[in-house]
Amino acid sequence: MPEQTLLSKIWDAHEVVPETPDTPAVLYIDLHLVHEVTTPQAFDVLRASGLPVRRPDRTLATMDHSTPTEPASTLEELEKVALPAAAAQVRAMIENCEEFGVELRGLDSPERGIVHVVGPEQGATWPGHTVVCGDSHTSTHGAFGALAFGIGTTEVGHVLATQCLLQRRPGALAVNVSGRLGPGVTSKDLILAIIRKLGVGGGTGRVLQYRGETIRALTMEQRMTMCNMSIEAGARAGMVAPDDTAYEWLYGRPMAPAGAEWDAALAGWRELEDRGHAEFEGEVSLDAGQLRPMVTYGTNPGMSAQIDEPVPGSGVPAIDKALAYMGVEPGKPLQGREVDIVFLGSCTNSRMSDLRSAAELMRGRRVADSVRMLVVPGSQIVKREAEAEGLHEVFLSAGAEWREAGCSMCIGMNGDTVGAGKLCVSTSNRNFEGRQGPGARTVLASPLTAAASAIRGRVADPRELMDG
Amino acid sequence: MEKIIRIQSRTVVLDIDNVDTDQIIPARYLTTTGRDGLGEAAFHDWRYAKSGELNPDFVLNHAENRGRTILIAGDNFGCGSSREHAPWALLDIGLKAVISTSIADIFRNNSLKNGFVPVVIDEKPHRWLLANPGAEIAIDLEQAQVELPDGPPCPFEIDRFARYCLMNGVDQLGYLLQQSDRISAWEASH
Repeated sequence: MPEQTLLSKIWDAHEVVPETPDTPAVLYIDLHLVHEVTTPQAFDVLRASGLPVRRPDRTLATMDHSTPTEPASTLEELEKVALPAAAAQVRAMIENCEEFGVELRGLDSPERGIVHVVGPEQGATWPGHTVVCGDSHTSTHGAFGALAFGIGTTEVGHVLATQCLLQRRPGALAVNVSGRLGPGVTSKDLILAIIRKLGVGGGTGRVLQYRGETIRALTMEQRMTMCNMSIEAGARAGMVAPDDTAYEWLYGRPMAPAGAEWDAALAGWRELEDRGHAEFEGEVSLDAGQLRPMVTYGTNPGMSAQIDEPVPGSGVPAIDKALAYMGVEPGKPLQGREVDIVFLGSCTNSRMSDLRSAAELMRGRRVADSVRMLVVPGSQIVKREAEAEGLHEVFLSAGAEWREAGCSMCIGMNGDTVGAGKLCVSTSNRNFEGRQGPGARTVLASPLTAAASAIRGRVADPRELMDG
Repeated sequence: MEKIIRIQSRTVVLDIDNVDTDQIIPARYLTTTGRDGLGEAAFHDWRYAKSGELNPDFVLNHAENRGRTILIAGDNFGCGSSREHAPWALLDIGLKAVISTSIADIFRNNSLKNGFVPVVIDEKPHRWLLANPGAEIAIDLEQAQVELPDGPPCPFEIDRFARYCLMNGVDQLGYLLQQSDRISAWEASH
């Protein structure tokens, strides 16, 4: 008999009211992550209706999107470095959290950072959880075997007020990956290849479940990178069934269960493991052993190629428009294209393993004179850990900038932007027109490819710079 | 919330696939704590030239499209970021509905909660609509169909609950709050 999918198991366990043809399910939310950009209007609705936040204990708040990456641990300091509107938004977040009794990992908190880095770091995301946030990259948390998805501000208000959402059950699509990633090829390259295969709308209405030996062999940080970008294939969420790798990550973290509660939780999580018998709405397969480093050449994350593969020639209007925006020559590989900026950061690739792999490549080398490189750790905890390992010295002595945690140049609304017409090799998740600031040209790539490109001053294959 | 039964208008055609919410409203305009006045930023980098002047080539700037309320867009409209500022901005420039062959999940959800009507129809009538800008059409929520100038109406699927809320001006938060007892019971048993 076929097993339930992970999605169905989690869904059934959270239905406060089951769905009917006339009404969606009332779905209970275990963890609500909130940040400064998509919440002020939701808090306003609560205030106008005289409603409290139902479960402050299930609400994890931090600031990342419009918060600058220049040092600022007080509002006074912030006002010196932030855009005025961004400073007002940060102030509103502080006031809203105070008024509604939500603990905020704010400007002065040693635990502040990108919301999708902070949650897992604190052990707040558990297998089997439902997790939402007013941010589409909430899919990151699916790496733990949680059902995690982005919502809009009205729904943020719903969760603040009721800890529930009105939802219809999506379908589940299996993404089966076999083969071993070669040296210099990362889970970022793998997810870019999957998005290319599915297309940017291929996952619409569905949840992707990444399966297979390749996925099992990935670390939690690598899985987070993949789940993070599920939304770039249009998917509602991405997930990986839990296993020992997930439990080992969680064990001992501040918000993870402890003692007898750990044992009970673990027994429940083991029920969610993938035994290979679930039936999916559809399945796609990919051989990771054949992959080379991937780069995007166009203006959505599906427009990607292997680094030495020619980008499409001219003739398709959407491709022509994208190549013209990017200033990329049709029919030639992107490798060798001059680079202006390199950005290492974002909720996709700003964790310790990302910084370590880039630093390893950059140790004893210099960022090309023509390139500005920005390294932005995902959280203040990542920042301190990296500094304890001396990674910041590697970046600084190479000529890169070392910043405070935040979304930074991924979204270009906090003071960090690429500049019109400039080309940025970026470890972030979106290469939309103007995503990194008006006129910015974004090439999405792995931390290794970003580091290699910074050194060479051109889009470069990291394997050329790796030992052995 | 305003009740929406039927939207009738000539169409504005934006024949581009995968229009992401960063195009609908760039992130730098999200440093606001309100939801009003976002129309100024709608499609900003397409609507305005670098000089800050209106870009005469962009379809929403064409004089004949002024006052039209139904947007016909390419496939996968509204992909990318979850920002609800996207439907807020579209409503603020007077648009009331979008018709496409597919609409991204989060954008569709956000739209339905704000009275911006997302409509997904088959490829064939969609191709006709793309090829005939300015066609006088109607979106009828009661019948869940798009009425074209000629030929039979095109049915579309819309979640029954969302349709009920649109047609009756129901705020979904009110419905959720009515479930408080069941939510409390669920919390007590978990």
